Amino acid sequence: MSHATTAVLQHEHDGKAQVKKIWRTFWLLLFITMAELGIGLTIYTIHKGEHPNHMLVLMFKGLVCILTLAKAFYIVSIFMHLGDEIRNLIMTIIVPLMLFIWFLAAFLWDGNSWKNLKNTDAGSRPYIEKVQDHPLPAKEKGKKD
Amino acid sequence: MATATVQQGTKLWSGGKSPFNVSYGKLMMWYFLMSDAFTFGAFLISYGTIRFSQNFWADPNHVFNAFPGFGHANLPLAFVSLMTFILILSSVTMVLAVHEGHNMNRKGVEKWLFFTILGGLAFLGCQAWEWTHLITGDHAVLVDGTLQHWGTTVSHNPWGREVDFNGQEVATPGPIAFGGYFFGITGFHGFHVFSGVIINTVMLIKTRLGHFNERGHYEMVEKAGLYWHFVDLVWVFVFLCFYLI
Repeated sequence: MSHATTAVLQHEHDGKAQVKKIWRTFWLLLFITMAELGIGLTIYTIHKGEHPNHMLVLMFKGLVCILTLAKAFYIVSIFMHLGDEIRNLIMTIIVPLMLFIWFLAAFLWDGNSWKNLKNTDAGSRPYIEKVQDHPLPAKEKGKKD
Repeated sequence: MATATVQQGTKLWSGGKSPFNVSYGKLMMWYFLMSDAFTFGAFLISYGTIRFSQNFWADPNHVFNAFPGFGHANLPLAFVSLMTFILILSSVTMVLAVHEGHNMNRKGVEKWLFFTILGGLAFLGCQAWEWTHLITGDHAVLVDGTLQHWGTTVSHNPWGREVDFNGQEVATPGPIAFGGYFFGITGFHGFHVFSGVIINTVMLIKTRLGHFNERGHYEMVEKAGLYWHFVDLVWVFVFLCFYLI
C-alpha cells in the first residue's frame, strides 16, 4: 500500500471517529437536558406541597446550575472544537470569562442586600416581608404619570 | 477536527505564522463571541439582581405550562424542552456540516446546512408562539379591589402572589420587571437565532454556488458554525435562568 492511500484511509478513519464523537456528545447533552427537566419538575412538585422545603429546592437549583455548566463545557469543547485548539488560545478565551465569578457574587449579593434594606426600612425595624411588591396598578395606556 | 498539530515548544511567537495556529478571522470570531458572552452575561446577572431583591417571583412552572394544541392542559416545561431539543439538534447538524466541509464534500455541507436552517426556523416559530401565548393570554388579577384580566407584557405581570378574594385564590400584580427581562433577553437571543439563520442561509447559497470548493476550504462555514453554537450555548443559560430556577 502506498503512503498516499494509507493517509486517505487514516483520514477516513479519523472522520468516522469524529462523527461518532459528535453524536455521542448529542446524546450526552440530551441526557443532561432530560435530567434538568426531571429536577425542574421535582422543584414544581415540592412547591405544590403544603410546606415546601426551601433548602431542598435550593439544592436542586444548585444541581441544575452545575449540570448547565457541564452542558456549556461540552458545547464549547466538542461542538466549537475549542478543546482541539492550542492552550494559549483556550486561555485567552477562558481567563477573561473568570470575571463572571466576581460579577455573579457581587451583583446577586447586592440584590439580596437591597431586599433586606426594603424589608427592614434600612434597618430601622424588624425584618417583615412586604406582602405586595407593587401595590399600584400598571400605568394605563395614554395616561401620563 | 484536530487542527492543533503544532507541537508544543516550537517557536510560535517568532513570526511568520499565527501564534494561535488559527486564521485571523476565526480568532476574531472567538473574541467577538467572548464579548457577546459578556453582553448576555450582563443581562442575565442584572435579571438575577432584580430577582434577588424581590420577596416574590413567579414560579416558571406556573407561567410556562402551555403547549400548542393542548388548550389549558397543565404541561409545565414541556414546550420549552421541545425548543431546547430543536436547538441542540440544529447544533449537531451544524457540526456535521462543518465536518463535511473538512472533507470538501459539497453535497454533504448543503444537506446539513439545510437541516440547520430548518432547525433555526422551527425554533423561531416556537418562540413566536410562546410570546403570542404570553402576551394575549388573560389572567384574573386583583387590582385595587377589582378583578382585571391581564396578559404578560413589559408593563403587566399577572403572576404575583395569590390572595384570597371572595373565597377564591386570585393572583395580585407581580414585579413589573418580569416581562421586561423575559421579553428583553429571550428577544435578544431570538434576534441572534434570526441573524444566525440569515448567516447560515448565505453559507448555503455560497456552498451551492461552489465558492468554497473554488477557494479550497470551508473555513467560512466553520466560522458561521462557531456563531451558531454560541447561540445554542446562550440558550442553555437562558433556559436555566428563566425556566428552570
